[in-house]
Amino acid sequence: MSVTTRSIIIVIVLALTVVLIIGFPTSPQQLVDNIRKNVQLGLDLKGGSHLVLQVQVQDAARAEADRTIESLKEELRKANIDWADISRNSPETVAQTDSIQITLKGVPPAKVGDLRALVVERFPSWLLSLVPGSTTDYRLNLKPSELIALKRDTIERSIQTIENRINGLGLTEPTIQQRGRADADYEILVQLPGVDDPARVKEIMRTAAMLELTPVLDGPFPSQEALLAKHGGVRPLNTKMLRMAPRSEGSESGESWYLVSASAVVTGRDLRNARPSRDEMGRWETGFMLNRDGARRFGRYTESHVGERLAIVLDNQIKSAPVIQNRIEDSGRITGMRDQQDASDLALVLRAGSLPAGIVYREERTVGPSLGADSIRQGVSAGLPGMLAVVVAMLVYYTTAGINAVLALILNAVILLACLSVSGAVLTLPGIAGVILTIGMGVDSNVLIFERIREELRAGKGVLAAVDTGFSKAFLTIIDTHVTTVVSCAFLFMFGTGPVKGFAVTLVFGLIANLFTAVFVSRTMFDWSLGRQRRVTTLSI
Amino acid sequence: MEIFKQTNFDFLGNKWPFIIGSVVLSVAGLASLGLKGGPRYGIDFRGGAMMDVKFAGPPPADKIRSALSQHISGEILVQNVGGADNEVLIGTQLKSEQELAAARAAMTQTLEAAFGGPEAGRGKLDFNNAGRQVLIGRLRDPMIRAGVASSDAQVSEAVDAMVTFRDRERSGLVTRFEDLSSSAGVSPKILEIVKQECFLGQFAVRRVEIVGPKVGAELRLQAVLATLYALGGMLVYIAVRFEWIYGLAAVIAVFHDTIITIGLFSLFNKEVSLTVIAALLTLVGYSMNDTIVVFDRIRENLKILRREKLAALINLSINQTLSRTVLTSGLTFLTVLALFLFGGAVLHGFSFALVVGILIGTYSSIFVASPILVFWQSSVERRKRPAAMPAAPAPGAAGRRSSAKAVK
Repeated sequence: MSVTTRSIIIVIVLALTVVLIIGFPTSPQQLVDNIRKNVQLGLDLKGGSHLVLQVQVQDAARAEADRTIESLKEELRKANIDWADISRNSPETVAQTDSIQITLKGVPPAKVGDLRALVVERFPSWLLSLVPGSTTDYRLNLKPSELIALKRDTIERSIQTIENRINGLGLTEPTIQQRGRADADYEILVQLPGVDDPARVKEIMRTAAMLELTPVLDGPFPSQEALLAKHGGVRPLNTKMLRMAPRSEGSESGESWYLVSASAVVTGRDLRNARPSRDEMGRWETGFMLNRDGARRFGRYTESHVGERLAIVLDNQIKSAPVIQNRIEDSGRITGMRDQQDASDLALVLRAGSLPAGIVYREERTVGPSLGADSIRQGVSAGLPGMLAVVVAMLVYYTTAGINAVLALILNAVILLACLSVSGAVLTLPGIAGVILTIGMGVDSNVLIFERIREELRAGKGVLAAVDTGFSKAFLTIIDTHVTTVVSCAFLFMFGTGPVKGFAVTLVFGLIANLFTAVFVSRTMFDWSLGRQRRVTTLSI
Repeated sequence: MEIFKQTNFDFLGNKWPFIIGSVVLSVAGLASLGLKGGPRYGIDFRGGAMMDVKFAGPPPADKIRSALSQHISGEILVQNVGGADNEVLIGTQLKSEQELAAARAAMTQTLEAAFGGPEAGRGKLDFNNAGRQVLIGRLRDPMIRAGVASSDAQVSEAVDAMVTFRDRERSGLVTRFEDLSSSAGVSPKILEIVKQECFLGQFAVRRVEIVGPKVGAELRLQAVLATLYALGGMLVYIAVRFEWIYGLAAVIAVFHDTIITIGLFSLFNKEVSLTVIAALLTLVGYSMNDTIVVFDRIRENLKILRREKLAALINLSINQTLSRTVLTSGLTFLTVLALFLFGGAVLHGFSFALVVGILIGTYSSIFVASPILVFWQSSVERRKRPAAMPAAPAPGAAGRRSSAKAVK
């Protein structure tokens, strides 16, 4: 390739990378904005919150079993199949999710055929089997493919819900994505740049926000024991015992328990809208509106139950239990909010929908904006003298050739930044480690080449021959060092986690850029300057 | 300018003191690791809660500890942040994932109660620990009522100015409201409203890290595994390009560097965190680079100087690359030294690992990796002697082929 062709390639690459970093600014302000937009800083430098949460998929499995039990009972009744008892086990941890199982006891042996047909037809996602050693008891297990689908669906819906809630907060550029192995970790990574009040965000994400409007069967009672005592020590079938949330924080004395129906009249799924409002006394509350279907059911129910109590249950805690005064169509209020933020946060999570399963936090890393700013400032003030030393040393030690090296290094940094910008990777603290190693290896490549040229000159070769041999011999070494490091980066990227990955990505970009600049660009500059002299006898190196 | 023209130091002749030095350092590091039960892992790897808190005055470590110990069962660590004024790291280990949320809440609340200042808990907002959005929410109505702002945009502009001043100029902690007036767009009237609505807590939380013990253990395992795989990958590549003993020697040298560096971390009681891991990876990359440069020269010389004894040949190769080694290492060392000296607390562990790593990485190419080649060669020769074969420079057979190709 002629020097001209190579020069054109270099100019094109330079122009392209510069545009990728600064765009087409028309003012200094825009220049700064464009650079900020294109070279994204990681949370550790910019400030923000990094949260890892785990979706408790076993909750979804339990809920699925509950739903199945309800409809199974109905179907069995319709099909005239008798049974003694239906129950499910209760997987407590994520790892036990797959063990979800429904046990159906006391089915007359004569009805086996009917039962099998019913399950196959009506509950195709479940597998029916006889409990070993029994003729009347059966087990229902979720098919493996259904389990996988259920878990995947749970995580997707969780992500969706969390996304809705966070978007409702109006934060800038949040990242919400699945993390780790899909079939074992059930983790969601949430990154919130610039959030300096993560406690509130965490609370908003974690709230399950399961809203139920449920008929009150009995109550209130001062304690669980009192409630049970009245019912002969046994909780009646199809009921739940729920506690009423105390009016003000910390007042445990005002505790009251209600016996409510296990099936709700309407739930959060029937919600159309929710928003904060104030009552006549100026206290904060959250009002909600039901959709058409929900409103119809609610209207029917309230009409026929005037004078009875209805519990407004949020996350299995009774918020209030008002007496139905008259037919209510489509709206209700959740009272007893602490302040405006409380009321609007609840409205937000109600609007965003409820989570299909509980959430547990596994990791939180929050960097305040002041610390991020300090890190950058200190990093720059510490990085500059080092860089300056490198530039001065190269110029002093290699004179004219040193200019080559410095230009090559600058181009290297520009290409590296452009690569980060194109790939959407962010610059983190470990990424800066990658940049340092890139610069180290960039300096090294130039030094290797120049030392080799000097050696050849000392051995008595002519300038052109020395440059040629110097480059080709050093090239071998450079290839080996670079490929070795790229190989190691590939492994780091495949097997490493966040910071390790960030290091690997930055380094690979840097090394590829360096191969181009130290070998191709530097060589072209040499050839260009040598080609301009008529008789080359000396080389400033 | 040139530092070394043609040197002829006998590196391998004087290898023993260095090898002994390496062994002593490695053993000391390993011993320290053994005695202390492994490296002192940061919160990332251990599982726990850690907060970086800046105080308005000298932080009362004992008071912090006693205030927190009422709410948190585990041991509470309070440690000064190196190079920063009035800043401490408060940490505690967590035994189960369930404690995460509780520990964080306990830490924040205790700090608020103990160091919030006289005005804390009276319905005012702590300016030093309030986020931008919370401040806007709090100040919007009063500002508009007082007529100092007529739109939401003006409110957020004023809040932005104050928050930027707090975070950029004062590292997150403002001690007097009057200081705020120096930021643009904050009029005395606005300041008056801020004073009514907020108070200045005597501390600011600058960083929070909470990691469950399970996640910590996973992170640790993954970091170690990724590094081991990477080393394996490098070994294979070098083995293909040179010879397998070269790959092994390079990996042993890198191991040597890593062990000594981690050992020094243990000796100096420094924490190994995720950022330190990034620094260790950098040192691995650097040391490997350095070793390959020397090996490459050895491979090249093996082609030209077939009669030379391997030890002498390696010595020559090291001398030939010496000026490059000194220059590159010197410059990289300068860069990381600047980072170590001026980089501040966050970069401290990171740059410490690099400063140590570059020195050891350079040294190990010459005094660890190269002698291994000589030892291997002489042990091969000893085994071959009964067959009365002339000592041929065996290594480089594969390398010769590949390099001959590449030279074109």
